[in-house]
Amino acid sequence: MADFEVPDLKTYPRLPHIHEGVMAHSKPFLAKPEMQADLGFPGELIDNWQEVALDKMGELLGKYRSFQVYLDSCVKCGACTDKCHYFLGTTDPKNMPVARQDLLRKVYRRYFTFAGKYFPKLVGAVDLTKDVLDEWYSYFHQCSQCRRCSVFCPYGIDTAEISMAAREILDSVGLGQKYCNEIIGKVFKIGNNLGLPGPALKDTLEGLEEDVLDDTGVEVRYPLDEKGAEVLLITPSADFFAEPHVDGLIGYGKVFHQAGISWTMSSYASEAANFGMFIGSYENMRKVALRIRKAALDLGVKRIVFGECGHAWRVAYSFLNTLAGPFDFLDPRYPVPQHICEFTWDLIQRGALTLDKSANDDMVVTFHDSCNVARASRMGDKPGGQFHIPREIIKATCNHFVDMPIDTIHDSTFCCGGGGGLLTDDLMELRVKGAMPRMRALKQVAEENGVTHMAAICAICKSQFTKVIPYYGFTMDQIVSVHQLVSNAIVLGAKQ
Amino acid sequence: MSAVTVVYALLFYVATAILVGGLAYRIYKYAKTPAPLKIPTTPAPVTGFGVVLRMFREVAFFESLFRSNKWIWLFGALFHFGLFLVLARHLRYFTQPVWLWVYLIQPFGKYAAFAMVAGLLGLWGRRLLVDRVRYISAPSDHLMLALLVGIGLSGASMTFVSHTDIVSLKAFILGLIYFDWQPLPADGLLLIHLALVATLMIVFPISKLLHVPGVFFSPTRNQIDNPREKRHLAPWAAELERDRT
Repeated sequence: MADFEVPDLKTYPRLPHIHEGVMAHSKPFLAKPEMQADLGFPGELIDNWQEVALDKMGELLGKYRSFQVYLDSCVKCGACTDKCHYFLGTTDPKNMPVARQDLLRKVYRRYFTFAGKYFPKLVGAVDLTKDVLDEWYSYFHQCSQCRRCSVFCPYGIDTAEISMAAREILDSVGLGQKYCNEIIGKVFKIGNNLGLPGPALKDTLEGLEEDVLDDTGVEVRYPLDEKGAEVLLITPSADFFAEPHVDGLIGYGKVFHQAGISWTMSSYASEAANFGMFIGSYENMRKVALRIRKAALDLGVKRIVFGECGHAWRVAYSFLNTLAGPFDFLDPRYPVPQHICEFTWDLIQRGALTLDKSANDDMVVTFHDSCNVARASRMGDKPGGQFHIPREIIKATCNHFVDMPIDTIHDSTFCCGGGGGLLTDDLMELRVKGAMPRMRALKQVAEENGVTHMAAICAICKSQFTKVIPYYGFTMDQIVSVHQLVSNAIVLGAKQ
Repeated sequence: MSAVTVVYALLFYVATAILVGGLAYRIYKYAKTPAPLKIPTTPAPVTGFGVVLRMFREVAFFESLFRSNKWIWLFGALFHFGLFLVLARHLRYFTQPVWLWVYLIQPFGKYAAFAMVAGLLGLWGRRLLVDRVRYISAPSDHLMLALLVGIGLSGASMTFVSHTDIVSLKAFILGLIYFDWQPLPADGLLLIHLALVATLMIVFPISKLLHVPGVFFSPTRNQIDNPREKRHLAPWAAELERDRT
């Protein structure tokens, strides 16, 4: 099935020994010159790349406190060394968070610190050579920016900040990653990651309306570009057709229908994900985010709600106000933006939805906390709402819910293995191995508690799991959307 | 005035200037570098007071490290709390009269040297024995431990093995503070101890010891989780908005 060895969950060590260089071959395809141009980056590796890379590093040191403080503060205590899913799944020591940071830190030390300038050997500083640059390209594309290391670091050092900076430096010298940069270009030209133009979206949504009508006998609407709607829904474009994503989108529509709240999606801003974050580019992230502001203004909506998507929710919750705010033209009674889970949970608490839990009786469900929702955002008004609200929704729609082991959920959750711009077929080995810790936890509850399905609230998690889960002896349909569970349980029609 | 006294007096002035000046520069640099985005590791406090508590737990109890690895936490705590008591005890050589609380902690401060050295040896043992930690260690990481162990052992030796002329030492230190130099006892252990301490002071602002100011400036730990309620905008990011409608 694969040209690499898939970890055997029964025998694979909990804490593996290191094996140097075993993932040195892993690197994603380079972006083509025209994709680079769309984002304002050089098309291929420039001649004076070393000078430009170091200038860029200096610029970022002055612009991002995190970058400067984190490069200085690490004491090499080792606390993070066994926390990264890519290390656990591959045993390559450069996938230990501190070692990944050190790939960049040793160059920082060489050119920006006294000790590294005058005593490079002593502090492990090295010159920025082509080999070092290639190593950056390889290993900074083996980080999904999931922030698990930052939870466990005594100084909160977040490898995501380092890998974002590294990718920005790589872009600035012409070494862009095809998957991310091509997608950002599509958002600028067409409006979403998948390059689905407005008419195709309209078609798809009409098809959904017909499907739901056939299934339920109720006319649930999936509106596009409707001016004057109350809510603008921004959802990952995978929700328009991928499985099980689309079942979640069907669920959102049913919730809006039952709540009696008018809503619309936008063909101009038909993408929740913001890959600008993955490549560490504030400017590109801002350009993508401003499309949402423009769509909200053009459509005259009063609220913005985001669909199920992990990194998207991080950019939405934590950055949208910064990048594209202030949103003083929206209804001040609601947070901007809101997560669809916040929206649905609010309705459930008010008794506005009738839910028939028995509709999900064929499942024993567990919940995968998406990394960026868990560690980089919130839902509701209390810290930790991002853990409780999705679980409360699942419990309100299912009779059988079981959590995975405590050290693999909440803010200790493991990334799915495909986040942070790595959800591409040219990184399949990395994705399969990186999923190992989550697969092991799932296996445990499957065997001990009879869990049959794992629910997620992230388009990347859903796509990644459906792709890699067969390698570990599960089947694709064991991954479900949280709003798919809602969709199954919701009783449409007048409230009884 | 002996040559040794002059050399050590000058050494400590230089070391103090480098420590204070270097740290002040570093702190200034951290403070003036903007954090353009809200990146607290969540769940994070939603109020400023909550952030103060989070930072206090981090600095006083090493909360994240405790969650992470009990061995590193244990050795790290032994070292840092040992060092804290030892440093507090040393205030008796810088103050006249000695403050009451410094007087009271004296017995604890003396034995804390053992906790400090034990913690350091534990951390060093991990660095040598655990393959993951060995892999990430540079020569400077071993040297830093050697330096700290050397300081601890030379200091403890003067307390428990071979006493130095502590009255003259205190006169020397007070003399440095009030610019009225007094002779330094030419005791081998003492000279080693002081030279290592001065080295540590000089190395502090150009080494990983910057984790001391760094932790307070770590955006994942010191930011309030309120991005939806309050717009956060760095000056350089605000510049980008000039062209916006």
